[in-house]
Amino acid sequence: MTAFVRDQWYVAAYGSEVARDLLARTILSEPIVFYRTETGEVVALADRCVHRRYPLSESRLDGDRIVCGYHGFTYEPSGACVSVPGQARIPRTARVPSYPVVEQDSFVWVWIGDPRRADTALIPRAPWLADPGYTVVCGMEPLAARYDLLVDNLMDLSHETYLHGGYIGTPEVASTPITTEVDEDRRIIYVSRHMDDAACPPFYARSTGIEGRITRWQDIEYHPPCLYLLHSRIAPAGVLPNGDGSDPGGFHVEVVYAITPETEHSTHDFWAVARDFALGDPEVSDFLAQSNRTVVLQDVEALDILEKVVQAEPEGYQELSVNIDTGGLAARRILKKMAQAGEPEKAAAR
Amino acid sequence: MTERTAMLHGDTVYRIHWKLGTDVLAGVCFCGAEHESEDPVELWEWLLAHPDGHDDGPPVPAGDPVLAGAGRPR
Repeated sequence: MTAFVRDQWYVAAYGSEVARDLLARTILSEPIVFYRTETGEVVALADRCVHRRYPLSESRLDGDRIVCGYHGFTYEPSGACVSVPGQARIPRTARVPSYPVVEQDSFVWVWIGDPRRADTALIPRAPWLADPGYTVVCGMEPLAARYDLLVDNLMDLSHETYLHGGYIGTPEVASTPITTEVDEDRRIIYVSRHMDDAACPPFYARSTGIEGRITRWQDIEYHPPCLYLLHSRIAPAGVLPNGDGSDPGGFHVEVVYAITPETEHSTHDFWAVARDFALGDPEVSDFLAQSNRTVVLQDVEALDILEKVVQAEPEGYQELSVNIDTGGLAARRILKKMAQAGEPEKAAAR
Repeated sequence: MTERTAMLHGDTVYRIHWKLGTDVLAGVCFCGAEHESEDPVELWEWLLAHPDGHDDGPPVPAGDPVLAGAGRPR
Protein backbone atom coordinates (compact mmCIF):
# COMPACT_ATOMS: atom_id res chain seq x y z
CA MET A 1 0.00 0.00 0.00
CA THR A 2 0.98 3.63 -0.27
CA ALA A 3 2.36 4.68 3.11
CA PHE A 4 0.46 7.21 5.19
CA VAL A 5 1.19 10.82 4.36
CA ARG A 6 1.95 12.62 7.61
CA ASP A 7 2.33 16.33 8.30
CA GLN A 8 -0.99 16.95 6.57
CA TRP A 9 -4.48 18.16 7.38
CA TYR A 10 -7.23 15.52 7.32
CA VAL A 11 -10.98 15.74 7.66
CA ALA A 12 -11.80 14.19 11.01
CA ALA A 13 -15.53 14.85 11.14
CA TYR A 14 -18.33 17.12 10.08
CA GLY A 15 -18.59 20.07 12.45
CA SER A 16 -22.12 18.91 13.23
CA GLU A 17 -20.78 15.62 14.64
CA VAL A 18 -18.68 17.30 17.32
CA ALA A 19 -20.69 18.48 20.31
CA ARG A 20 -20.66 18.50 24.13
CA ASP A 21 -20.03 14.79 24.28
CA LEU A 22 -16.96 12.73 23.44
CA LEU A 23 -16.43 11.50 19.88
CA ALA A 24 -13.81 8.80 19.26
CA ARG A 25 -12.23 8.63 15.82
CA THR A 26 -9.03 6.94 14.68
CA ILE A 27 -7.06 8.80 12.02
CA LEU A 28 -3.87 7.43 10.46
CA SER A 29 -3.97 4.80 13.20
CA GLU A 30 -3.94 7.49 15.92
CA PRO A 31 -6.93 7.23 18.28
CA ILE A 32 -8.27 10.73 18.92
CA VAL A 33 -11.11 12.08 21.07
CA PHE A 34 -13.01 15.16 19.91
CA TYR A 35 -15.36 17.48 21.80
CA ARG A 36 -16.45 21.10 22.04
CA THR A 37 -15.67 23.42 24.92
CA GLU A 38 -18.47 25.40 26.53
CA THR A 39 -17.60 28.29 24.18
CA GLY A 40 -17.83 26.02 21.14
CA GLU A 41 -14.15 25.48 20.33
CA VAL A 42 -13.29 22.03 18.97
CA VAL A 43 -10.69 20.11 21.00
CA ALA A 44 -8.77 17.04 19.77
CA LEU A 45 -6.71 14.99 22.23
CA ALA A 46 -4.99 11.63 22.08
CA ASP A 47 -7.67 9.15 23.14
CA ARG A 48 -5.58 7.33 25.75
CA CYS A 49 -5.18 8.29 29.39
CA VAL A 50 -1.48 8.69 30.14
CA HIS A 51 -1.90 6.47 33.22
CA ARG A 52 -3.22 3.10 32.01
CA ARG A 53 -4.28 3.97 28.45
CA TYR A 54 -8.00 3.92 29.14
CA PRO A 55 -9.84 5.62 26.22
CA LEU A 56 -10.74 9.16 27.20
CA SER A 57 -13.67 8.87 24.79
CA GLU A 58 -15.19 6.35 27.25
CA SER A 59 -14.96 8.95 29.99
CA ARG A 60 -16.95 12.11 30.78
CA LEU A 61 -16.74 15.86 30.45
CA ASP A 62 -16.65 18.11 33.50
CA GLY A 63 -17.01 21.58 32.04
CA ASP A 64 -14.20 21.77 29.50
CA ARG A 65 -12.17 19.01 31.16
CA ILE A 66 -12.17 15.27 30.51
CA VAL A 67 -12.26 13.11 33.63
CA CYS A 68 -10.88 9.65 32.84
CA GLY A 69 -13.54 6.98 33.34
CA TYR A 70 -11.06 4.57 34.96
CA HIS A 71 -9.13 6.40 37.73
CA GLY A 72 -10.20 10.03 37.35
CA PHE A 73 -7.11 11.62 35.81
CA THR A 74 -8.41 14.99 34.64
CA TYR A 75 -7.26 16.79 31.50
CA GLU A 76 -7.52 20.37 30.26
CA PRO A 77 -8.33 21.09 26.59
CA SER A 78 -4.56 21.63 26.14
CA GLY A 79 -3.97 18.01 27.14
CA ALA A 80 -2.35 18.97 30.46
CA CYS A 81 -3.35 16.81 33.40
CA VAL A 82 -4.65 18.96 36.26
CA SER A 83 -5.75 16.30 38.71
CA VAL A 84 -4.36 12.92 39.75
CA PRO A 85 -6.40 10.77 42.14
CA GLY A 86 -5.20 10.47 45.71
CA GLN A 87 -2.19 12.76 45.51
CA ALA A 88 -1.34 16.44 45.24
CA ARG A 89 1.71 16.09 42.99
CA ILE A 90 1.04 15.99 39.26
CA PRO A 91 3.87 14.23 37.45
CA ARG A 92 5.65 16.41 34.90
CA THR A 93 4.84 13.96 32.10
CA ALA A 94 1.14 13.79 32.92
CA ARG A 95 -0.16 15.17 29.66
CA VAL A 96 -1.80 13.75 26.54
CA PRO A 97 -0.88 15.10 23.10
CA SER A 98 -3.29 17.65 21.65
CA TYR A 99 -3.88 17.99 17.92
CA PRO A 100 -4.21 21.21 15.92
CA VAL A 101 -7.80 21.50 14.66
CA VAL A 102 -9.57 23.93 12.34
CA GLU A 103 -13.24 24.16 11.43
CA GLN A 104 -13.63 25.13 7.81
CA ASP A 105 -16.17 24.49 5.05
CA SER A 106 -18.36 22.43 7.43
CA PHE A 107 -15.51 20.03 8.23
CA VAL A 108 -13.31 19.60 11.29
CA TRP A 109 -9.75 19.33 9.97
CA VAL A 110 -7.05 17.79 12.16
CA TRP A 111 -3.29 17.99 11.63
CA ILE A 112 -1.55 14.63 11.79
CA GLY A 113 2.17 15.03 12.23
CA ASP A 114 4.52 17.53 13.83
CA PRO A 115 2.26 20.23 15.34
CA ARG A 116 4.94 22.88 14.76
CA ARG A 117 4.42 22.46 11.02
CA ALA A 118 0.63 22.86 11.09
CA ASP A 119 0.02 25.78 8.73
CA THR A 120 -3.70 26.47 8.37
CA ALA A 121 -3.09 28.09 4.99
CA LEU A 122 -2.36 24.59 3.63
CA ILE A 123 -5.94 23.36 4.17
CA PRO A 124 -7.60 22.88 0.77
CA ARG A 125 -11.00 24.52 0.37
CA ALA A 126 -14.50 23.22 -0.38
CA PRO A 127 -16.36 26.52 0.10
CA TRP A 128 -19.69 25.36 -1.36
CA LEU A 129 -20.36 23.23 1.72
CA ALA A 130 -20.79 26.32 3.89
CA ASP A 131 -22.13 28.72 1.26
CA PRO A 132 -25.77 29.86 1.60
CA GLY A 133 -25.92 29.95 -2.19
CA TYR A 134 -25.75 26.15 -2.22
CA THR A 135 -27.89 23.35 -0.81
CA VAL A 136 -25.85 20.45 0.58
CA VAL A 137 -26.53 16.79 1.30
CA CYS A 138 -23.78 14.71 2.90
CA GLY A 139 -22.78 11.56 4.72
CA MET A 140 -19.89 9.35 5.74
CA GLU A 141 -19.48 5.65 5.10
CA PRO A 142 -16.94 3.40 6.77
CA LEU A 143 -14.74 1.64 4.22
CA ALA A 144 -12.91 -1.57 5.13
CA ALA A 145 -10.20 -0.88 2.58
CA ARG A 146 -6.95 1.08 2.44
CA TYR A 147 -7.30 4.68 1.35
CA ASP A 148 -5.32 4.36 -1.87
CA LEU A 149 -7.95 1.98 -3.28
CA LEU A 150 -10.52 4.75 -2.85
CA VAL A 151 -8.18 7.25 -4.51
CA ASP A 152 -7.76 4.89 -7.49
CA ASN A 153 -11.54 4.48 -7.64
CA LEU A 154 -12.37 8.17 -7.59
CA MET A 155 -9.68 9.24 -10.04
CA ASP A 156 -11.18 7.15 -12.81
CA LEU A 157 -14.79 7.94 -13.63
CA SER A 158 -15.00 5.36 -16.40
CA HIS A 159 -15.84 2.65 -13.85
CA GLU A 160 -19.21 4.31 -13.38
CA THR A 161 -20.55 2.63 -16.51
CA TYR A 162 -19.89 -0.80 -15.00
CA LEU A 163 -20.09 -0.44 -11.25
CA HIS A 164 -22.76 2.25 -11.22
CA GLY A 165 -24.68 1.41 -14.37
CA GLY A 166 -28.00 3.22 -14.42
CA TYR A 167 -27.00 5.75 -11.77
CA ILE A 168 -24.37 8.13 -13.10
CA GLY A 169 -23.14 6.69 -16.38
CA THR A 170 -23.93 8.62 -19.55
CA PRO A 171 -23.73 7.45 -23.15
CA GLU A 172 -21.61 10.42 -24.31
CA VAL A 173 -18.72 9.46 -22.07
CA ALA A 174 -17.15 7.15 -24.61
CA SER A 175 -16.89 9.94 -27.18
CA THR A 176 -15.49 12.57 -24.86
CA PRO A 177 -11.85 13.53 -24.78
CA ILE A 178 -10.19 13.39 -21.37
CA THR A 179 -7.36 15.62 -20.26
CA THR A 180 -5.25 14.89 -17.19
CA GLU A 181 -3.18 17.68 -15.68
CA VAL A 182 -0.73 17.71 -12.79
CA ASP A 183 0.45 20.90 -11.14
CA GLU A 184 3.67 19.63 -9.65
CA ASP A 185 4.34 22.63 -7.40
CA ARG A 186 0.83 23.02 -5.98
CA ARG A 187 0.24 19.25 -5.90
CA ILE A 188 -3.08 19.21 -7.71
CA ILE A 189 -4.28 16.52 -10.07
CA TYR A 190 -7.03 17.58 -12.45
CA VAL A 191 -8.94 15.34 -14.84
CA SER A 192 -11.35 17.02 -17.25
CA ARG A 193 -14.11 15.48 -19.26
CA HIS A 194 -15.93 18.16 -21.23
CA MET A 195 -18.94 17.03 -23.22
CA ASP A 196 -19.93 19.75 -25.66
CA ASP A 197 -23.20 18.29 -26.82
CA ALA A 198 -24.94 15.80 -24.57
CA ALA A 199 -28.48 14.72 -23.82
CA CYS A 200 -29.84 16.28 -20.64
CA PRO A 201 -30.61 13.57 -18.06
CA PRO A 202 -34.28 13.82 -16.99
CA PHE A 203 -33.30 14.69 -13.40
CA TYR A 204 -31.36 17.76 -14.53
CA ALA A 205 -34.03 18.80 -17.01
CA ARG A 206 -36.61 18.73 -14.20
CA SER A 207 -34.51 20.45 -11.56
CA THR A 208 -32.86 23.15 -13.69
CA GLY A 209 -35.51 23.80 -16.31
CA ILE A 210 -33.02 23.35 -19.15
CA GLU A 211 -34.63 22.14 -22.35
CA GLY A 212 -32.71 20.48 -25.14
CA ARG A 213 -29.06 19.50 -25.46
CA ILE A 214 -26.50 20.50 -22.88
CA THR A 215 -22.82 21.19 -22.37
CA ARG A 216 -21.73 18.88 -19.56
CA TRP A 217 -18.39 19.10 -17.76
CA GLN A 218 -17.06 16.73 -15.17
CA ASP A 219 -13.79 17.92 -13.70
CA ILE A 220 -11.92 16.07 -10.97
CA GLU A 221 -9.67 18.20 -8.78
CA TYR A 222 -7.73 16.15 -6.26
CA HIS A 223 -5.69 17.77 -3.52
CA PRO A 224 -3.78 14.82 -2.10
CA PRO A 225 -3.95 13.24 0.28
CA CYS A 226 -7.41 14.07 1.64
CA LEU A 227 -9.63 16.33 -0.46
CA TYR A 228 -11.24 15.25 -3.72
CA LEU A 229 -13.58 17.54 -5.64
CA LEU A 230 -15.74 16.66 -8.62
CA HIS A 231 -16.96 19.82 -10.32
CA SER A 232 -20.02 18.92 -12.36
CA ARG A 233 -21.33 21.67 -14.58
CA ILE A 234 -24.27 21.63 -16.95
CA ALA A 235 -25.50 24.44 -19.18
CA PRO A 236 -27.49 24.79 -22.35
CA ALA A 237 -25.30 23.58 -25.24
CA GLY A 238 -22.74 26.22 -26.17
CA VAL A 239 -23.01 28.25 -22.95
CA LEU A 240 -19.54 28.52 -21.40
CA PRO A 241 -18.16 30.24 -18.28
CA ASN A 242 -16.94 33.81 -18.63
CA GLY A 243 -13.27 34.59 -18.96
CA ASP A 244 -13.12 35.80 -15.34
CA GLY A 245 -14.39 32.44 -14.08
CA SER A 246 -17.94 33.60 -13.33
CA ASP A 247 -20.56 31.30 -14.73
CA PRO A 248 -24.08 32.69 -14.49
CA GLY A 249 -25.34 30.46 -17.30
CA GLY A 250 -24.23 27.21 -15.70
CA PHE A 251 -25.73 24.92 -13.07
CA HIS A 252 -23.23 23.39 -10.70
CA VAL A 253 -23.05 20.27 -8.60
CA GLU A 254 -19.95 20.13 -6.44
CA VAL A 255 -19.27 16.62 -5.20
CA VAL A 256 -16.77 16.59 -2.35
CA TYR A 257 -15.03 13.56 -0.91
CA ALA A 258 -12.69 13.60 2.06
CA ILE A 259 -10.51 10.50 2.04
CA THR A 260 -9.22 10.03 5.56
CA PRO A 261 -7.25 6.88 6.40
CA GLU A 262 -8.46 5.28 9.62
CA THR A 263 -5.98 2.40 9.79
CA GLU A 264 -3.75 0.76 7.19
CA HIS A 265 -6.78 -1.24 6.07
CA SER A 266 -9.74 1.08 6.62
CA THR A 267 -10.86 4.56 5.59
CA HIS A 268 -13.38 7.22 6.53
CA ASP A 269 -15.23 7.97 3.29
CA PHE A 270 -16.83 11.41 3.72
CA TRP A 271 -19.04 12.55 0.84
CA ALA A 272 -21.06 15.68 0.20
CA VAL A 273 -23.03 17.04 -2.75
CA ALA A 274 -23.62 20.79 -3.05
CA ARG A 275 -25.76 22.39 -5.75
CA ASP A 276 -26.57 25.95 -6.76
CA PHE A 277 -30.03 25.28 -8.23
CA ALA A 278 -33.36 24.04 -6.87
CA LEU A 279 -32.17 25.45 -3.55
CA GLY A 280 -33.91 23.90 -0.58
CA ASP A 281 -36.09 21.69 -2.78
CA PRO A 282 -36.54 18.53 -0.67
CA GLU A 283 -37.31 16.31 -3.65
CA VAL A 284 -34.07 17.31 -5.38
CA SER A 285 -32.14 16.91 -2.12
CA ASP A 286 -33.58 13.44 -1.59
CA PHE A 287 -32.70 12.38 -5.10
CA LEU A 288 -29.10 13.62 -4.86
CA ALA A 289 -28.60 12.18 -1.38
CA GLN A 290 -30.03 8.78 -2.27
CA SER A 291 -28.30 8.43 -5.62
CA ASN A 292 -24.92 9.56 -4.30
CA ARG A 293 -25.15 7.34 -1.24
CA THR A 294 -26.08 4.41 -3.47
CA VAL A 295 -23.02 5.08 -5.61
CA VAL A 296 -20.79 5.40 -2.54
CA LEU A 297 -22.10 2.13 -1.12
CA GLN A 298 -21.53 0.35 -4.43
CA ASP A 299 -17.92 1.56 -4.32
CA VAL A 300 -17.60 0.54 -0.66
CA GLU A 301 -18.82 -2.98 -1.45
CA ALA A 302 -16.39 -3.37 -4.34
CA LEU A 303 -13.42 -1.91 -2.49
CA ASP A 304 -14.07 -4.02 0.63
CA ILE A 305 -13.80 -7.07 -1.64
CA LEU A 306 -10.67 -5.69 -3.30
CA GLU A 307 -9.00 -5.04 0.07
CA LYS A 308 -9.34 -8.72 0.98
CA VAL A 309 -7.85 -9.71 -2.36
CA VAL A 310 -4.93 -7.31 -2.01
CA GLN A 311 -4.22 -8.44 1.56
CA ALA A 312 -4.08 -12.08 0.49
CA GLU A 313 -1.69 -11.63 -2.42
CA PRO A 314 2.10 -11.59 -2.25
CA GLU A 315 4.05 -8.30 -2.31
CA GLY A 316 4.87 -6.86 -5.70
CA TYR A 317 1.85 -8.06 -7.69
CA GLN A 318 2.16 -6.60 -11.16
CA GLU A 319 -0.96 -4.68 -12.21
CA LEU A 320 -1.77 -3.58 -15.73
CA SER A 321 -2.44 0.12 -16.31
CA VAL A 322 -4.24 1.45 -19.37
CA ASN A 323 -5.34 4.85 -20.61
CA ILE A 324 -8.20 5.25 -18.12
CA ASP A 325 -5.59 5.05 -15.34
CA THR A 326 -3.71 8.18 -16.40
CA GLY A 327 -5.12 10.28 -13.53
CA GLY A 328 -4.88 7.47 -10.98
CA LEU A 329 -1.21 6.91 -11.81
CA ALA A 330 -0.54 10.62 -11.30
CA ALA A 331 -2.26 10.52 -7.90
CA ARG A 332 -0.33 7.43 -6.80
CA ARG A 333 2.98 9.01 -7.72
CA ILE A 334 2.31 12.23 -5.83
CA LEU A 335 1.06 10.34 -2.76
CA LYS A 336 4.21 8.23 -2.78
CA LYS A 337 6.37 11.32 -3.08
CA MET A 338 4.52 13.03 -0.22
CA ALA A 339 4.77 9.93 1.97
CA GLN A 340 8.52 9.68 1.34
CA ALA A 341 8.96 13.38 2.10
CA GLY A 342 7.70 12.79 5.64
CA GLU A 343 9.99 9.84 6.32
CA PRO A 344 13.35 11.55 7.06
CA GLU A 345 11.75 13.65 9.81
CA LYS A 346 10.11 10.57 11.29
CA ALA A 347 13.40 8.69 11.26
CA ALA A 348 15.19 11.62 12.91
CA ALA A 349 12.53 11.84 15.62
CA ARG A 350 13.00 8.21 16.68
CA MET B 1 -9.28 19.75 -34.35
CA THR B 2 -10.81 19.90 -30.86
CA GLU B 3 -9.26 22.63 -28.74
CA ARG B 4 -7.09 21.18 -26.01
CA THR B 5 -8.38 21.59 -22.50
CA ALA B 6 -6.18 23.42 -19.97
CA MET B 7 -7.76 24.01 -16.56
CA LEU B 8 -4.61 24.44 -14.45
CA HIS B 9 -2.35 27.40 -15.11
CA GLY B 10 0.69 27.01 -12.84
CA ASP B 11 4.30 27.16 -14.04
CA THR B 12 4.92 23.41 -13.79
CA VAL B 13 1.83 21.74 -15.21
CA TYR B 14 2.15 18.43 -17.05
CA ARG B 15 -0.74 17.50 -19.35
CA ILE B 16 -1.87 14.31 -20.99
CA HIS B 17 -4.60 14.55 -23.64
CA TRP B 18 -6.36 11.40 -24.71
CA LYS B 19 -6.82 11.82 -28.45
CA LEU B 20 -10.47 11.33 -29.26
CA GLY B 21 -11.35 8.17 -31.12
CA THR B 22 -7.86 6.68 -30.70
CA ASP B 23 -5.82 4.87 -28.06
CA VAL B 24 -3.16 7.56 -28.29
CA LEU B 25 -2.21 9.76 -25.33
CA ALA B 26 -0.41 13.03 -26.07
CA GLY B 27 1.84 14.27 -23.27
CA VAL B 28 2.68 17.96 -23.08
CA CYS B 29 5.42 19.13 -20.73
CA PHE B 30 5.40 22.60 -19.17
CA CYS B 31 8.48 23.31 -21.30
CA GLY B 32 6.39 22.79 -24.43
CA ALA B 33 7.85 19.44 -25.47
CA GLU B 34 5.35 16.81 -26.63
CA HIS B 35 5.40 13.06 -26.86
CA GLU B 36 2.79 10.47 -27.82
CA SER B 37 2.29 7.01 -26.39
CA GLU B 38 -0.35 4.32 -25.92
CA ASP B 39 1.01 3.53 -22.45
CA PRO B 40 0.27 5.99 -19.64
CA VAL B 41 3.10 4.59 -17.49
CA GLU B 42 5.64 5.19 -20.24
CA LEU B 43 4.20 8.65 -20.94
CA TRP B 44 4.39 9.77 -17.30
CA GLU B 45 7.99 8.56 -17.19
CA TRP B 46 8.77 10.65 -20.25
CA LEU B 47 7.07 13.75 -18.82
CA LEU B 48 8.71 13.47 -15.42
CA ALA B 49 12.13 12.96 -16.95
CA HIS B 50 12.10 16.66 -17.91
CA PRO B 51 14.44 18.01 -19.20
CA ASP B 52 15.84 14.69 -20.45
CA GLY B 53 14.52 13.98 -23.92
CA HIS B 54 12.54 17.25 -24.02
CA ASP B 55 15.03 19.21 -26.14
CA ASP B 56 13.07 19.27 -29.36
CA GLY B 57 10.40 21.69 -28.17
CA PRO B 58 6.83 21.59 -29.38
CA PRO B 59 6.22 20.05 -32.77
CA VAL B 60 4.72 22.23 -35.47
CA PRO B 61 1.01 21.44 -35.47
CA ALA B 62 0.07 19.56 -38.59
CA GLY B 63 -3.12 20.17 -40.51
CA ASP B 64 -4.00 23.52 -38.93
CA PRO B 65 -5.12 26.08 -41.47
CA VAL B 66 -2.38 28.53 -42.32
CA LEU B 67 -3.13 31.65 -44.30
CA ALA B 68 -1.42 31.84 -47.65
CA GLY B 69 1.68 33.92 -47.27
CA ALA B 70 1.71 33.66 -43.45
CA GLY B 71 4.94 32.53 -41.85
CA ARG B 72 5.11 29.19 -40.09
CA PRO B 73 4.02 29.39 -36.49
CA ARG B 74 7.03 29.66 -34.19
